[in-house]
Parts: sequence; structure tokens; C-alpha cells
Amino acid sequence: MTDEPVEAADVRRVADLARVELDESAVEAFTAEFQDILGYFDALEEVPAVESEPDLVNVMRADEVQPSLSQEDALRNASESEDGRFKGPRVS
Amino acid sequence: MSLNAFITRTEIEGETEGPLADTTVAVKDNISTEGVRTTCGSEMLEEYVPPYDATVVSRLKAAGATIVGKTNMDEFGMGTTTETSAFGPTRNPVDEDHVPGGSSGGSAAAVKNGDADVALGSDTGGSIRCPAAFTGTVGIKPTYGLVSRYGLVAYANSLEQIGPIASTVREAAELLSVIAGPDEHDGTTREAGAAVDYAAVADGDVEGLTIGIPTELVEGSEPGVRERFEAGLETLREQGARTVEVDLPSVEYAVAAYYVIAMSEASSNLARFDGVRYGVSGGFEGDWNEAFAKSRSDGFGEEVIRRILLGTFALSEGYHDKYYKQAQEARSWVKQDFDAAFEEADVLATPTMPVLPPKLGESLDDPLQMYRIDANTVPVNLANLPAISVPVGEHEGLPVGFQLIGPAFGEEQIIRAGSALE
Repeated sequence: MTDEPVEAADVRRVADLARVELDESAVEAFTAEFQDILGYFDALEEVPAVESEPDLVNVMRADEVQPSLSQEDALRNASESEDGRFKGPRVS
Repeated sequence: MSLNAFITRTEIEGETEGPLADTTVAVKDNISTEGVRTTCGSEMLEEYVPPYDATVVSRLKAAGATIVGKTNMDEFGMGTTTETSAFGPTRNPVDEDHVPGGSSGGSAAAVKNGDADVALGSDTGGSIRCPAAFTGTVGIKPTYGLVSRYGLVAYANSLEQIGPIASTVREAAELLSVIAGPDEHDGTTREAGAAVDYAAVADGDVEGLTIGIPTELVEGSEPGVRERFEAGLETLREQGARTVEVDLPSVEYAVAAYYVIAMSEASSNLARFDGVRYGVSGGFEGDWNEAFAKSRSDGFGEEVIRRILLGTFALSEGYHDKYYKQAQEARSWVKQDFDAAFEEADVLATPTMPVLPPKLGESLDDPLQMYRIDANTVPVNLANLPAISVPVGEHEGLPVGFQLIGPAFGEEQIIRAGSALE
């Protein structure tokens, strides 16, 4: 169990952030499940701080134009396009 | 009855000559194939046809392979049974009432059933090794950076690798040699291990090898699994290997850390599915956010939505430090533990899965229970190490897998040791 109870409002807030439409029965089901799952994740609080030296390197390349998809190929999987562009919903 | 191993049957001919000429390969359906739909087991991408090949697919073609189909999988790789596919579950060829494991269940089932000589899967937390164990085949999860992920539809980039599934260690190793090596399209690939002939080391020579047994990852297994695992160890000892116990205290936290990291990366990666450039369209009613949310609730299945929501939660303000940051600490700790274990042993051994393959439908109800059965496989992905699953017989007619874990770019050691079990 997580220290703070998960409430339906939390699930609705996260769904809104993640841009997923949920009906009320889904909100209810996820609320109950997330209590258990997040409770299980709470164990991570016991993990000590660890000294680590990540062996990371930058792999930048020069910003040069390279061959890429044709406009036709790029648009091929879109449900709607117009004048060689993707067509999306209105912005607001 | 059909196993439902394939989502799309096809025939893509490779070059006429090469190491895989006359070899048929099945490819997991999250690996892009030019002109052949690549669904990721999701309704979201039911009609998506990639305009380019993944690097591994180009390499298969150049090696002369014939690709015979795109295999069924848990939606976007999220599952351990291949039951979350929008195209229905795959059945286990060994016993059709049972799951083949996941998420590369279609690839393992295709190989076991003889529908393809070898197959490609992808492994984010065990998705190659689990189905290999559950179907009695061999699966290799390569070291992170050995195989290009270009053209793999991303789920959790920092964890996943493409790898082979085959009937024998040698065949899996041959396929690994073809796909391994750096790629200019994937900046995380490395030079190490590129030019190795992995099949040549499948010689079964384990004389003098030290095998570490992490007790934490053995004790949780079902008795039948444990029995087969112990028999496998005995086989290796008889051939001159030595076994020692090693301690991995961090693995207690590995499953929680793995899921927090994987879900967080998934929530970010899957944000691209808005139904505009590809995928299920949310239509043109309402504003962008409403159309976007509709597209996603129509196109994604329950497990995918569950993980996106939990990942968004773990990254959200007020929770980031508690979940995501702590998961990264756990990940560093797991790496450190493995480093220490490899001071004492050349390779480590565990049962691949702590359980036998569940019956179809048996395990879907409780997601948390499902996540816990990945206990032996996820630490390997957190530490970016290579691991192989090799069959070690059956219990009650169901296959058991033996996992060997190597140090980074230590594929040769685990292939050699794995071949000694055959």
C-alpha cells in the first residue's frame, strides 16, 4: 500500500496529462490497481544513494542535410493530408 | 488449431548468397519492414506500413535470409504472455492450452513449430528469454549497444535490444553474428563484439569456467523449475565447470525499478501516437487535445494505457524524486552488484523464469503479480548485460529455461556455456 491513498482525481489528472480519454469505469479500476502497484514501487525509497560513474560520451554529428524520406512516403500513413502536409485537428 | 504466431505472413527474399541463404526468419512485429505492415500488436498501428527497413532487417536481407512473416507480440512489447496483442493471443506449440511467454511469443512459437528456422525478438525486461524458456527454444538478449535499434518501434530505449531466437545455441549465435555491430543510424551502438564469429564458440567447452549462482534469484522459483535448474548445473559441473554462490542484494528492488523506468520511457515514447502522422485518427471534432486523447483511447489496449498512466505518474511533479530518481539509484546499484559478482565468477546462472508457462487467461487479472514473474530477467536489462536462455528439459510436460548472464560484451562466454547444456 502506498502511504497516500490513490484517488480517482489522481488518475483523472494523470490521464489528462497523458492525453488519454478514460470512462468512469476505467478510472475506478485503475484507481484500485494503482494503489497496489504504486505501493509496490514505494519500496524504492529504501534504496541507498549509489556512487556511479556513467561511461557516457556525446555522439553528435555535423548538422548536415542527409538523405531522408520523400514527402510522399512521409505522408503515406497519415489518415488525412492536404497540399503535401499532414492535416490535424484545430489547435484550440 | 492455429497458434496465431504470425500477424502478417509474407515472403521477403534476401540476397542469393550469404551466411543465411536458405534460412527462413520470422521477425517480431515491432521491427520495421519496408512495405510490409508493422503493427506492434496494436490496433493503433493496424494499417501502418513503414517506408524503410530496420537496420537488422537490412542485415538479414544482405545475409541472404528469407523473411517469412511478422510475428505476434504483446502490444508494444508490454506483457509476459503474448496475450495483450490486439490480434489475439499466441498459443504455445508445446501445449496449446498454455501461453508461449512474451512479449516475443510469436517469434518463439514460430521457431518451435517449424514455421521459421530462426526468429528475431526484442527484449526490454526479458521478452526474448521468457518465450524462449516457455517454448523450449534458445534466446539471446545481447549486451546493450551490440545490436542496432534503428527501426525498432521504441518502448523503453535505455533497456531494449533486438536478439535471436532459435532451436539451438549455434543457430542463435549465427543469427547474432549477422545482426551485431555498429550502425550510423543508432548512436548507442558500439564497436565491441562486432567482428566475432559467435557460432564458432558454441563448442561446449566449460572446463575451468566459474559459474556464480545468485541465491536471491534461485530461491523464488517453483520446485519443478528449481529441480531442472539444479540438474543443469550438475551437467555443467560434470563437464569441468565450478560453481560458487554470489550475492546480489540489490535485485530485491530490480522489478520495481525496472517497471518505473520502462513505464516512464514508454509514457514519453508513446506520446508520438496522436493519430495525425500515423495510427488511429481521433477525427477532427474538438480541439487537438480532445482528438489526441480520443485517438489514444481508441487505439491503445488496456496494458499500454496502464503503463502510460503509471509512467506519467512516476514522472509528474511531486513524484519524480520518489519514483523515477530512486529507480535510477536502484539501477546503478544493480550494475554495481553485477560488477562485484563478475569479480568472483565468469558467468552467472539462474532459472530464466521462476514459473512454468501459465495457462491462457490465467495470469492477466493481476498486473502486479504478472510484473513479479520478470524477477530473474529484468536485472540483466537494468545492467545492460548479455544473457542467454537455454532449455533444460521439462517439468509436467512444460519447458524450463536456464539463464546464463555474462559481463558486458561477454556473449562468447554465455554462448560457450549455453552450448554445454545441449
